[in-house]
Amino acid sequence: MSDLTNVNPDAEKLQGMEHTKQYDFRLPETYFYRSEKGLNKRVVEKISYFKEEPEWMLEFRLKALEIAEKKGPPKWGPDLSGLDFENIYFYIRPSERKGTADSWDEIPEEVRETYRRLGVPEAEQRVLAGVGAQYESEMVYHKLKEEWEKKGVIFLDTDTGLKEHPEVFKEYFSTVIPPEDNYFAAVNSAVWSGGSFVYVPEGVEVEVPLQAYFLLNAQSIGQFERTLIIGAPGSKFHYIEGCTAPAYNTDSFHSGVIEIIAQDNANVRYSTIQNWSHNVYNLVTQRALVHAGASMGWLDGNLGSKVTMKYPSCYLVGERAHGEVLSIAFAGDGQHQDAGSKMIHAAPHTTSSVVSKSISKGTGRSSYRGLVQIFDGADHARSNVECDALLLDDVARTDTYPYIEIGEKTAHVGHEATVSKLDDEQIFYLRSRGLAADEAMALIVRGFLDPVAKELPLEYAVELNRLIELEMEGSVG
Amino acid sequence: MNDATLEIRNLHAGIPGGEPILHGVDLTVPRGEVHALMGPNGSGKSTLAKIIAGDASYEVTDGEILLEGEDVLGLEPDERARAGLYLAFQYPVEVPGVSIANFLRLALNARRPEGDEIGVMDFYKKLQRAVKALDWDESILERNLHEGFSGGEKKRSEILQLLVLEPKYAILDETDSGLDIDALKVVAQGVNAARGPEFGCLMITHYQRLLNYIVPDRVHVMVDGRVVTEGEKELAMELDQKGYEWVREQVGA
Repeated sequence: MSDLTNVNPDAEKLQGMEHTKQYDFRLPETYFYRSEKGLNKRVVEKISYFKEEPEWMLEFRLKALEIAEKKGPPKWGPDLSGLDFENIYFYIRPSERKGTADSWDEIPEEVRETYRRLGVPEAEQRVLAGVGAQYESEMVYHKLKEEWEKKGVIFLDTDTGLKEHPEVFKEYFSTVIPPEDNYFAAVNSAVWSGGSFVYVPEGVEVEVPLQAYFLLNAQSIGQFERTLIIGAPGSKFHYIEGCTAPAYNTDSFHSGVIEIIAQDNANVRYSTIQNWSHNVYNLVTQRALVHAGASMGWLDGNLGSKVTMKYPSCYLVGERAHGEVLSIAFAGDGQHQDAGSKMIHAAPHTTSSVVSKSISKGTGRSSYRGLVQIFDGADHARSNVECDALLLDDVARTDTYPYIEIGEKTAHVGHEATVSKLDDEQIFYLRSRGLAADEAMALIVRGFLDPVAKELPLEYAVELNRLIELEMEGSVG
Repeated sequence: MNDATLEIRNLHAGIPGGEPILHGVDLTVPRGEVHALMGPNGSGKSTLAKIIAGDASYEVTDGEILLEGEDVLGLEPDERARAGLYLAFQYPVEVPGVSIANFLRLALNARRPEGDEIGVMDFYKKLQRAVKALDWDESILERNLHEGFSGGEKKRSEILQLLVLEPKYAILDETDSGLDIDALKVVAQGVNAARGPEFGCLMITHYQRLLNYIVPDRVHVMVDGRVVTEGEKELAMELDQKGYEWVREQVGA
């Protein structure tokens, strides 16, 4: 391992802290180790070596790399030509610390400063139930409330999960999204690092949401978190993840894989609000396997990024399984949000519902890409899809690509799509009550998003509103 | 001269590139009084209301709108509102996902300096008083702004907002149109609750009916883009009996 690049490059270190606007800042990089640029066998081997992983995981990674190389990037959807693997670091470790920290005080000051700017400690004080915070490619902070431990709930970073619970881990890992599934899932499988590992035992209900807050803070880093969530039969919980990435000069790459298994009669919710810096390629695969009588809900908020491709999916494999997607996308200037959902009905009496809300501004473009598939034999399946697009000006663009495949006569499928433009009459009305033009616009947008935002815990809804207001700055023409 | 007035002087306006609609409107509403503005369809009453509020789709070519001596024509609609003007719309828009309570809190805070937001109790008291004056249930405050409201409920909401925002001067643009007699009474009750020495009001209406419930201090009659005559409340009744043709003949319009 003599070719390890153990660097702390002063040349790339920033001159103090640059603070352009809230949520768009960066801190000096003080990481301990990072891989060479590019994706190859050597890099994958090093990651596995550094993490002291079992042999099977290394083999899994190498096989995934082969699959990725064979597959190549998708030829449909948004333009990914700006994504240059040769210039991306696929693994970075933020500090000499290994593993996780149990308390806030153990977190390096620089990381804490970043969180303070994001308002995480306040959020923690209020609702905190256990924060898993991912800093660059490794978890440095992880906390789980004692009562959960007593209930047998596992909430760890994925690396630690693999070490401490190898059997459960191996049983479920990659069973929902195998590397063969798609190119980005294959890349993630080869180089994954960090993410959350959650296991909630049979019949256990976790009342306060499990929250993971993480961010990217190094130039040209691919962040490949891998989250594995298992809800045992009859369990009930809500997992929340937020990301607020700082801004950088070169294009960054984020490609997560999130696998969820909701066993019989489990009730699992996964909520995420992501605000990526405007140069990030955000290409995520998230999918849930939903068993009999279980209910799975995705709440997905996509802000920022250069390109986002994300289609939360539910595979409804057990009778009366229910899947739900609520999604919000905001495409500002130069951004392409290609978001949607997949609902696969593979059992009788399964139900699904999708509500997608997108906002486009200036040269921003939002697309809804959704699939509803009802297999032969999934009798009396029902699905309803509603996509609403709001255009903030005459330039902005939105598209809808609904795919519906029905193999069952008794199925009931509904699809509704609306496109509206920010209405001058509404703005005049609100202004006539004393609201400034930008406040009026923000209020209309907030109202448009309300059906989804109200499903979020209060402080996340507040954060979402703040982020959207920032995105809308300067939209008053 | 009394400075506490809303005064329209020689106002000429229209849609840019189109025929002029207002041909020199002169009209004064002193604070503390309620005036009625009547006139046939197409006489320019609603246009006047929207121009006072600052609707950018109209172009003012001459004249002034003086709010207690200050010309507001150079002000944005929200600046006019914060200066004390209010328009009850003839067709209030719907704003989905925005509750009336939330909206009114924002509107009130927009009138206050930053960092001096209205207290929860003060706010609640204002809302309660307004809801009561309109015989409404408090649950209305949690409904989204006009989403799924009937025509009558929308008009009632306009008066509710008026009572909470407490403007110096309000223009009511055909607030009575489309109301049945019960709804009309309730709306009138709300407007009467707002009456007082600090409140000036211009009610635009076609019909004398509204004026049975809100008795005006003065009546102005507008024909073809100008105020052609004005008088005491009896003028409204005379109009009701004789029609607008009678006014045209009177003034030779």
